[in-house]
This record gives sequence, C-alpha cells and structure tokens, in this order.
Amino acid sequence: MTGNTTIHRMPSYLEYEGKYKGILGWLLSTDHKRIALLYLYSQTFFFLAGVVMGIFMRLELIAPGQQLMQASTYNALFTVHGLTMIFLFIIPGLAASFGNFFLPILIGAKDVAFPKLNLFSWYLFIGGALIILLGMFTGDGPPDTGWTFYAPYSLRTNTNVVLSVLGAFVLGFSSVLTGLNFIVTIHRMRAPGMSFFKMPLFIWAMYGTSWIQLLATPVVGITLVMVIFDRVMGIGFFDPAKGGDPILYQHLFWIYSHPAVYIMILPAMGAITEIVTTFSNRVVFGYKAIALSSLAIAFVGYLVWGHHMFTSGMSETSRWVFSLLTFLVAIPSAIKVFNWSATMYKGSLDLQPPFWWAMAFMFVFMIGGLTGLVLGSVATDVHVHDTMFVVAHFHYIVFGGAGLAFFAALHYWFPKMWGRMYNKQIANIGLLIVFIGFNTLYFPMFILGIMGMPRRYYDYLPQFATPNYISTIGSWILGVGLIIVLVNLFRAKKASPEFIDNPWNGRTLEWEIQSPPSLENFEEIPVIERGPYDLKK
Amino acid sequence: MEQNSAIHATHEHYDPIGSKLGMWLFIFTEILLFGALFIVYSVYRYRHPVEFHLAHQELNVFIGFVNTVILLISSATVAMSITAMQKGDKKMTLILLGITLILAFVFLVNKYFEWGAKIHHGIYPGSEFLLSLSQGDILFFGLYFFMTGLHAIHIIVGMVLLGWVYVRVKQNRVNQERYVFLENGGLYWHLVDLIWIFLFPLFYLIH
Repeated sequence: MTGNTTIHRMPSYLEYEGKYKGILGWLLSTDHKRIALLYLYSQTFFFLAGVVMGIFMRLELIAPGQQLMQASTYNALFTVHGLTMIFLFIIPGLAASFGNFFLPILIGAKDVAFPKLNLFSWYLFIGGALIILLGMFTGDGPPDTGWTFYAPYSLRTNTNVVLSVLGAFVLGFSSVLTGLNFIVTIHRMRAPGMSFFKMPLFIWAMYGTSWIQLLATPVVGITLVMVIFDRVMGIGFFDPAKGGDPILYQHLFWIYSHPAVYIMILPAMGAITEIVTTFSNRVVFGYKAIALSSLAIAFVGYLVWGHHMFTSGMSETSRWVFSLLTFLVAIPSAIKVFNWSATMYKGSLDLQPPFWWAMAFMFVFMIGGLTGLVLGSVATDVHVHDTMFVVAHFHYIVFGGAGLAFFAALHYWFPKMWGRMYNKQIANIGLLIVFIGFNTLYFPMFILGIMGMPRRYYDYLPQFATPNYISTIGSWILGVGLIIVLVNLFRAKKASPEFIDNPWNGRTLEWEIQSPPSLENFEEIPVIERGPYDLKK
Repeated sequence: MEQNSAIHATHEHYDPIGSKLGMWLFIFTEILLFGALFIVYSVYRYRHPVEFHLAHQELNVFIGFVNTVILLISSATVAMSITAMQKGDKKMTLILLGITLILAFVFLVNKYFEWGAKIHHGIYPGSEFLLSLSQGDILFFGLYFFMTGLHAIHIIVGMVLLGWVYVRVKQNRVNQERYVFLENGGLYWHLVDLIWIFLFPLFYLIH
C-alpha cells in the first residue's frame, strides 16, 4: 500500500468540493484537515508578526542608551510580542494545527467528534486575535503590562488593557473547546482494536494536553474577567486600595499559566517521539513510560505554579514545597529524553531533515530544562529572578522547545499534508542557520542574567553591552534562517505533486493512506491488530 | 459492545454517549470557572470575617430562599421532561420545558427586584456610598454582584439553550430515539441550579 503501488486514488481534501466552493469551501469547512490548515496559516502569520517585534526589541537593545524608541514604546512592544507569541502562536501551537490534522487519522477516525464545534473554535481563535489587534490600534494605545497583566499595574495603566484581556479570554474559550473535542474524539472514535496502549504516542501527548486545556483555562478565564470588571466597574478584587490582593491575582494567573507551559510543550514532545521513532527505524523504547510520563507531566504541572512567586511574598514552607514539586516535573521530562536516546541507540538512523530538527529540539530543550532547575531552586532563583536569565530560559523552552518542534513536525508531516516534497538540502541549511542564530540570540542572555541585567528594561548599564550586542546579531541570523526555512517550504507547496504516501518509511496509520489524504481519510475504517510502532510483517 | 457503537457513530455522525461526555467535560470547566471565584471568596472572607458577617445581613434571605425553591423545582421539571421524552410523550415534554422556562424567568424577575433595591440604596460596584464603607464591605458586595451576576448570565444562557431544545422538540428533530440534545440541555440546567445551591448559603446564610 505504499509509494507508487497505490492504484485507486480518491480526490484529496485539498481538491474536494463540497457544498461551498472557493474560499468559502475553507471558511465553512468542518473537515478537520482544512481547519488544521486554517490554524496553521493563521498561527504562522502571528508567529512572523511576533518575530518582527522581537527583532525590533533586540535592535533597541543593541547598545546602551536609546536607539529606536522610547521606554513606553518598548514596554508596549514586549507586551504585544508576548501576547502574540504566547496566546496566538504557541498555546494553540502544535495541538490546534497538527493535532487537528493528525489526531483523527492516527486513531483511524474520519473526523473529530464535534466537527462544527471544531470550526467554531477556529472562529473564536480568530475573534480573540482580532480583539487583541483592535486593542493595539484603538483607545490609548497597546497595553504595556507584560503578557501576564499583573495587578495592580494592569488596573492602573491608561493603556488599552481591557480589550487585550478580553481577547485572551475569548482565546481561552477556543482552547477549552478544542481540548474537549479531542478528549471525546480519543475516547469515542478510536478504530476497532485500538486500545489506549495501542495509540501512537503523539495521541497520548495530545490527550494530556487536552486535559490541561480543559481544566486549567477556566481559572485564568474568570481571573481575566475579574480584571476587566476591576477596570470597568471598580470592584477592587485585586486593587489593594479596596482590600483586594494582587498576590492572589498572581496565584490565580499562574494556576493556569504554568500548566499552559505544558500545553505548549507536551504536543511538541509527542511529535518528537513520532519523529525519533520513525527515523531510528526501531520500535520506540519504553512505550508505556513515554505514554504515562505525558500524563504525569500534565498532573504535576498543576502543582508547581508557586515557583513564579518565590520572591513575591510567600511562606518559607510553601517555597520549599513548590520548589520540590517543580523538581518533580523534571522526572517525567527526563524519562522522555532518555527514551528518545534509547530509541536511537542501536537504531538504524535515517538522517533526514525532520530528524535533524528533532535533534536541534533535544539540544536546546535540555539547556532549557536544566536552567529551569536553576529557577526552580529557591536560593538560585532569588539571585536570577526577573533577570535576563529568565528570558533566556523560557525562550529555550518555549521557542527552542515547542517552536523548533513545530518546525520539526512541519517538515515531518509536510509530504503527507500536501503530497509534495521540499528541497531537503536547503531544509538542512536553513535549520543549521536557525540553530546557530537561536543560540547566538539567547545564550548570551543567560550570562546577562547572571551578571544581573534585569528583564523588561529598554536600556542598560555599559557593562552589559557586549553580550547584548552578540545577542542582537543572533536575532538577525535567526531571522535569515527562518526566511530560508519558510521560503523552502512555500516553494515546495507550489512544486508538482508526487506519489509520496510514505516517504519516511513510517509505521503509524497516517502513512498508510494516500498523500494528501482524501476527505474521509479512510475508505474503510482500519482494524488495529498490532502496536503503533511494530514492524509490519 | 462499546466498540460497535463507536463504529456506528463514525458512520452516522451521531454518538449520544460522546455528546453527553462532551457536555460533562464542559460542565467541569464551568465548575472550575466558579471554583476560582469560590477561592477568591474564601480568601477575602478569611481576611475580613467581621465585615463579611455584617454585610451578609443586608441581603434579603427571603428572596434568596424563594429563588432557591424556584430553581430546585425547575431542575425537577427539566428532569421530568427527559423522562416524558423517553416515553415518547411529546406534548408533556413541551409543557414541562415550558414550565422550566417560566420558572427561570421568574428567577430573573426576583433577581431584578433584589438588585434594584440594593442599587436604589447606593450599593453597587464603584458607587460612592460603597467606597465609603470598609474594605470588607467593598469586597463582599463586589463578590456578591459579580458572582450572582455571572450566575444570572448562566441562567440566560440556559434559557436560550432550553428554548432551542423546545424548538427542536417541536420540529421532531429531538424525539424518542434521539433525545441527547434535550439531556444535555437538562444537564446544563442542573449545573445552573447546582451553582446557585452553593451561592445561596455562601452569601445569604453563613453567619
């Protein structure tokens, strides 16, 4: 059933014409694959917008003193950069695009459980993005609170906080409904014979992610609404002048927003697991350990929010408890990394671009993870809290982890999604430049942080000049690398179609159907008799 | 058995168990939404026990009690409408749904009078009179208006949902064989009732 031997080909989901034609055929489609592409395109757009803002911020920081903009502009810029990247790119992340596309296929289903709700989630996503956009260009200018909207500043500033917060609330709704949809799909629509422990590991990761989306988001949702009402009606939930408690805001905010980090990274880990397994040509090492570690990360991720507040006033006991719990998350994370290594050990490695992306992911993710322990320990955290060290750490995790995995997944599944192949050599060159640029950009920030440069400042003392200069040059290299990568993929999309149903010799279900898939994925629902990674007879 | 119904579901795009599972998950999110508010309530009550105690005496226990009874009865009628549907009695289903909707409306009317009286006395978020009171009073009434207001919004959403169910039953699109939409509407209404069961003692009864 692989390669050119497929005789009977159905019209693909890209060609299929339903009730509506043209652009409406996309905007009103309830097909999970088309919705996935809607997410993919909009997320990529927001990602590029975020990159441009990041490059401008780095340009301002190239040397001490004012370069391009005033302090207030810089504050608005890092806020909107954070809002865009966090809420519009990396939280929907791999779950909304690749999850939507491959979750039903990987469990042998024709669509998700609630296709209309799925489309509705995308409209909520776009609606939330438009509200945030509106907040940037109307009223008294873009918010300058940082993406965390910390009270009481977010209650006092004259900028357009209400619209941004409202936008984030709407995006949260979208996230909840996507998670709900995926959980029901996984429970109800697995192909006959696919028990939970026969599911591909990407599905396990998505399962954990969906539960976090479902159980964490409502809390931040209502917290954001409280901020809106504090601003509009002066209730005073978080306003110290009226008896409110700003620290309580931080608790409620991080109860969601720390688990949200795992919304970002879990699907990324799932995709990396698929890639490492495929290109090692081996059955994945420690299937159950990887599957259960996804759930463990999701569970422990709820209990660690306090480590964001080590320095904001907290009892000694809660500090060491939160520190200990934070360390516990390292265990399931390490299980995954060790199992990837063990899968590659004695495997027959096929060094294709997606595999190199996965390697880049593992390299930066480990740096991000290990520096996370520095921030998770109370004593060292007090030293580097709110310095550039934190900025470096979370960019290594969020961009280096989830972001690189996003591109790894894109290179891995690209031939399946469009039935075309990109230029592998250019893909490798692009990755190399991205990798160099990434480390040049963010590694100096670790040093800056240890030296004591605070985050969120638009100016700095002369002794911080050299690492900042190197970092800004890194941002240009990274920009060039991203352009090469994206242009290469874009050109491939225009190239002539090929019969590449299984270019990587993958063993999971998506490689058994045609590329690009037909509208209903499977002409006949498959019956699962073997494990997801077992060699075929 | 379960596997078979799953296959059936993918072909027909109708899976009552899946739909109900989805509704239950959504109800979890709603409980968590209010859960955050209950945390905020308990924190501030712990900080200002005396003011919260005195402020709660301003509330009208009688109206709160009447509204509790109204919601409990409406929860019963919506549950009975599901039974009626299962028995294929469309007329009774519509009558019981109608009663539920009327009771929901009565609840809102009561709420209107209750809020109106407070606002008439100058007690509403951000009012000059309220701001002249203690921090505990500001927070108590802030929470009171926010939480009962959010609950009232849920009542309205529930009415829209049940109204939609009513139309679908009338069109026979919700019928004896396919009534999961009615069940889900009922589940949502029970949630609205349940949240009130917590709000009522927290604001009106606890000494």
